[in-house]
Amino acid sequence: MSMLEAAHEHDIELEGKDDSADFLLIFLRACEGSLACSTCHVIVMDVDYYNKLEDPTDEENDMLDLAFGLTETSRLGCQVIASPELDGMRLAIPSATRNFAVDGYVPKPH
Amino acid sequence: MTAMAIFRSRTWLSRSFSSLSSHPLRVCVVGSGPAGMYTAEKMLKAHQGAEVDIIDRLPTPFGLVRSGVAPDHPETKIVTNQFSRVAQNDRCSFFGNVTLGSSISLSELRNLYDVVVLAYGAESDRALGIPGEDLSGIYSAREFVWWYNGHPDCRNLSPDLKNTDTAVILGQGNVALDVARILLRPTEELATTDIACHALAALEQSSIRKVYLVGRRGPAQAACTAKELREILGTKKVQIHIKEEDLHKSPEDEEELKNSRIRKRVYELLSKAATTGPSLPSSGQRELHFVFFRKPDSFSESAEYPGHVSGVHLEKTVLKGVGSGKQIAVGSGQFEDIECGMVLKSVGYKSVPVPSLPFDHKNGVVPNAGGRVMSDTSGDPELIEQGLYVCGWLKRGPTGIIGTNLHCAEETVASISHDLEHGLIASPSTSTKPGREGLLQLLDDRNVRAVPFSGWEKIDCEERKLGSLKGKPRVKLGSWEDLLKVAV
Repeated sequence: MSMLEAAHEHDIELEGKDDSADFLLIFLRACEGSLACSTCHVIVMDVDYYNKLEDPTDEENDMLDLAFGLTETSRLGCQVIASPELDGMRLAIPSATRNFAVDGYVPKPH
Repeated sequence: MTAMAIFRSRTWLSRSFSSLSSHPLRVCVVGSGPAGMYTAEKMLKAHQGAEVDIIDRLPTPFGLVRSGVAPDHPETKIVTNQFSRVAQNDRCSFFGNVTLGSSISLSELRNLYDVVVLAYGAESDRALGIPGEDLSGIYSAREFVWWYNGHPDCRNLSPDLKNTDTAVILGQGNVALDVARILLRPTEELATTDIACHALAALEQSSIRKVYLVGRRGPAQAACTAKELREILGTKKVQIHIKEEDLHKSPEDEEELKNSRIRKRVYELLSKAATTGPSLPSSGQRELHFVFFRKPDSFSESAEYPGHVSGVHLEKTVLKGVGSGKQIAVGSGQFEDIECGMVLKSVGYKSVPVPSLPFDHKNGVVPNAGGRVMSDTSGDPELIEQGLYVCGWLKRGPTGIIGTNLHCAEETVASISHDLEHGLIASPSTSTKPGREGLLQLLDDRNVRAVPFSGWEKIDCEERKLGSLKGKPRVKLGSWEDLLKVAV
């Protein structure tokens, strides 16, 4: 089961600043896990956990190309499969509102 | 930049800026494509007392998700499920067949609603402004896409696919790749999609075997993205032609690629395709040619088929740096021609202004600051149009993907929320705007038959029923008459 499905099924809300809590569950699953969007983009907070994940496929990388606020440890939530060795992994969501409000800078996917 | 996230059990957060008043905040969103729908969704969520009405000139919602996304990309259309849930919200109403500018004016709308958000996209085209552009056989990619996607405004486009074996597409963005792919894919593969029946029939009889994708600049600047490029390079029974010498990279190109993950991966795909290209042409195969460093100078007219295009006259270009890592194409004075019987211009969409709407004609957008409409392009912060906002292509220009509108809507809604909080929009408790009741009355007075969301659901049901008889996900109702007949 992917992180996206786990959060959705168990009615878990990701808490954070702004409204990012509800984002992943309600807003950010436009293609419902079919690798046709990048709205479930998550950032793996600890590089050790990032390295435990299987490399993204070309198809996932194609979608990550377009993700808002891409980082070196970005993945698509729908492709991160839950497993015991990932226990304790922390995921974050790029906060769009803060970037716009601070200085108008719009980060380009790199 | 990032928000820390900790898994916890759900606690409901409710936010309202108008909790003291029983008078709802009246919002009207014009356009039901991704920009409009994400805006409606976020407004409903951020303002528990808001009533949101969405109008669209078509009887069917969802904008380019329905009429732009290619028929062989059904996964990209899944987002309509989310949009449907928005329209079905108790505090939201959809009004199809209502056109801003003819059914109702912008001033009238602003008198009916506390907040108006224009999200009606870009339904026109950038022109090349070169001789021969009016010849028949030359279409904008937008028209061609609407044609194969069954948009009622283009059902009679009738592009002639039988007079030639060659089509030239100007532009190398994702829309250009879409139209190239639809022209070249084996039609058996298209038969099981929701492509319009008239388009499938025309494609089955098409004599087009060679498609040229022509860009002014080089592979390091090609505007398409990896997924779409990967897909077209893998099209069955199509030979890919890319000249190895076009892949040469200047130091400026290297710098551009280093700074852009998207461009780098696209360049790599093009480079790989060029070096593993076909050695011998095999008969019966279709051909896709990527042509770089060529800009269109004029179109030639056919002698045998007067009034119709017979070729594109192209000028070779060289790249010139213009600072901040950008390079533009400059003509070199050398020319060449590609013979063809069809041209598709895929050089960008353009928005259409309506009366009393401030408009920046140079950039084809509504002047705005964070989605707040400005009275002109001077940038003077005093000149804000109260209660009027924009989102999507009308705000940013015709770029980005469906998901780009998520962030765009977030910015616009944040501006609206801020303005409400600071009394820059009339507060709902003192507002006398009639909202939905006023709209319904006005439409009734004018005999405009608005299509409710349930009307779209009838259309949807009928289309899927027709589709199931033919092994397709749906057969789109192609005419205004049929759509309106089924909807009411």
